[in-house]
Amino acid sequence: MKKKYGFLMSAVLAAGTLLSGCGSADNNEGTQNEGGGEGNKNDFKVAMVTDVGGVDDKSFNQSAWEGLQKFGKDNNLEEGKDYKYVQSTAASDYQPNLSGLIRDGYDLVYGIGFLMQQDIQTVAQQKKDAQLALVDSVAVNENGEPLENVASITFKEHQGSFLVGLIAGMQTKSNKVGFVGGVTSELIKKFENGFKAGVKTVNPDAEIYVQYAEDFASSEKGQAIANTMYGKGADVIYHAAGATGNGVFTEAKNRAKNGEEVWVIGVDRDQHEEGMPENVTLTSMVKRVDTAVYEVSKQTMEGNFPGGKVTEFGLEEDGVGIAETKDNVSEDALKKVDEYKEKIKNGEVEVPKTDEEYETYVSSL
Amino acid sequence: MEVLKNKFSGFMIPLVSVILGLLAGAIIMLFSGYDPILAYTALFNGIFSNTYVMGETIRQFTPLILSGLAVAFAFRTGLFNIGVEGQLLVGWLASVYVGLQFDGLTPFLHIPLAILAAAAAGALWGVVPGFLKAKYHVHEVITTIMMNYIALHVVNAIIRSYLLAPGERTETIHQSASLASAYLQSITDFSRLHYGFLVAIIGAIIMWFLLWKTTLGYELRAVGFNTNASQYAGINVSRNIVLSMVISGAFAGVAGSMEGLGTYGYMSILSAFTGIGFDGIAVSLLGANSAIGVVLAAALFGGLKIGALNMQSVAQVPTQLIEIVIALIIFFVASSYLIRWFSNRLNKRGKI
Repeated sequence: MKKKYGFLMSAVLAAGTLLSGCGSADNNEGTQNEGGGEGNKNDFKVAMVTDVGGVDDKSFNQSAWEGLQKFGKDNNLEEGKDYKYVQSTAASDYQPNLSGLIRDGYDLVYGIGFLMQQDIQTVAQQKKDAQLALVDSVAVNENGEPLENVASITFKEHQGSFLVGLIAGMQTKSNKVGFVGGVTSELIKKFENGFKAGVKTVNPDAEIYVQYAEDFASSEKGQAIANTMYGKGADVIYHAAGATGNGVFTEAKNRAKNGEEVWVIGVDRDQHEEGMPENVTLTSMVKRVDTAVYEVSKQTMEGNFPGGKVTEFGLEEDGVGIAETKDNVSEDALKKVDEYKEKIKNGEVEVPKTDEEYETYVSSL
Repeated sequence: MEVLKNKFSGFMIPLVSVILGLLAGAIIMLFSGYDPILAYTALFNGIFSNTYVMGETIRQFTPLILSGLAVAFAFRTGLFNIGVEGQLLVGWLASVYVGLQFDGLTPFLHIPLAILAAAAAGALWGVVPGFLKAKYHVHEVITTIMMNYIALHVVNAIIRSYLLAPGERTETIHQSASLASAYLQSITDFSRLHYGFLVAIIGAIIMWFLLWKTTLGYELRAVGFNTNASQYAGINVSRNIVLSMVISGAFAGVAGSMEGLGTYGYMSILSAFTGIGFDGIAVSLLGANSAIGVVLAAALFGGLKIGALNMQSVAQVPTQLIEIVIALIIFFVASSYLIRWFSNRLNKRGKI
């Protein structure tokens, strides 16, 4: 009996959808929601726009999507309707993608990555009713004031990078380590300086090679840079370069096959898998974009959209840290990590973010 | 009679290619487990369903027209200008630079000045391969491709050293240089539609006029048909090769200014090519190197690219599928011999 009722219901709804035909997209989506959902208590809809890295970049786009998927499953939302992702193939796609999702009635739309900042700011000022979220940067208007309908999410990447820097500094045998950056920018500088500070803290004599690929999507460049660094004698390379970093793994694996002992430190997600089967991932600096996306989605669904605020995820909020997989990290290094975690949390150690702060930090050691 | 038939087949081959390309795309979708009808409906809605996407479509194909014209123009002189991408990047930077540096001009002076600067920069980038080809017979495909990389890195270096603003980009240009229009945005629900499309149409008219109504155009085309015969007829081949690359580069530069003055109003540090220049090759090929053909082909590809966003959102079909469809269309155009053979076959049967 119930089944029949359901069928009748959906038939009526289908007819309604057909009849409404040219009606706006919002209405259509709404109807489908009620028809399709079983345990769907609320009609909250959330979506994210990836940057050009794509949803399978093994890095923060993917991490954000994992967070959104978890949120969707926990709340019985339907993938593809109530929560979904849209990929951008070019920078010019950001704005139509964001606007499109807002027009389709999504209650919360994420822009993943600082590359989308300008477009988020523009769209937010055009669609005052929309609720947007920006990961990795802070959305402001022309006067530098925060936009009321954008929740900005940032991370204290320098803190996490400091911790993996400690590990690198302790476990390097050649006393030479490398850092491969994506594009020279304020954001990636936080990774670089945090890492360098960590290395120097435990190993003041270590030599640190730094090079930027100026590209987040070229694994060839990553491989070429890693080749040079390992060639110069570095045995640990930390990459903060998105998909470019995959080339660092390729190079490390090639060398491991030839019997060299080299390590990679992953970024954003636990990149242990990327280092297998040669097992070259020393550890990873985890940036819990998934936690952040989950948290902000939850707050928004409960009606507490953190618009106009900067939500910062650091060590204290478990927003950054070292990866779960600790097989390759020595006991001593882990102890050091725990020691400095506390020191950072209670303010004893201030991890540098910029080049100037790094200079002051190193001279104070 | 023969002329009419030629005109017909000139129109038919691109059309059949487009249909075949879309059909092949549908087959690929079927095999990969997507619903082609849902996908193509979404694609269509993504181009026409509201004023926003229509505005975005026009915005998308504006630079495509100009990059297509650039490729087509060089092709008429028998040159493959693969360097449109690089010429576009320097044009983009030049237009933004002029838009930033001059303050207090009226838009009627500032906009043309910025566009001319873009054209000059593009022309400069085109003259190098043109000169090398004319003087030393270095193949332009090689040099233009290399010039692309030089452009990408030089432009990035200039922005990083002299024009950097927060967000890895330049400052936004002054309002007086902007092609963006509050009116156009208001009638298209805040799309980024700008007055650049008028520039593109004017560009197409200029190309048609230059090639078909002037002595210069006649000479350029003659060189394209047969360099030896042109030389024998007293045409200065070297001069025409350089000139062709200069004009082609200028079109490409203006294409860049559409992004600089219209869509964005600034230039970002680019980690990769925009692809607009490379798409120009496809546009000119489908448009059979004619001005009107280029406009139509650009409109088609621009529409497909914007529609693909909605196709992805609604039917979950990756936007890369549209790249495949475009590639297939080009493949069918390039193998037009097959289509011609089929249609001749059919015609003969019909007669018997």
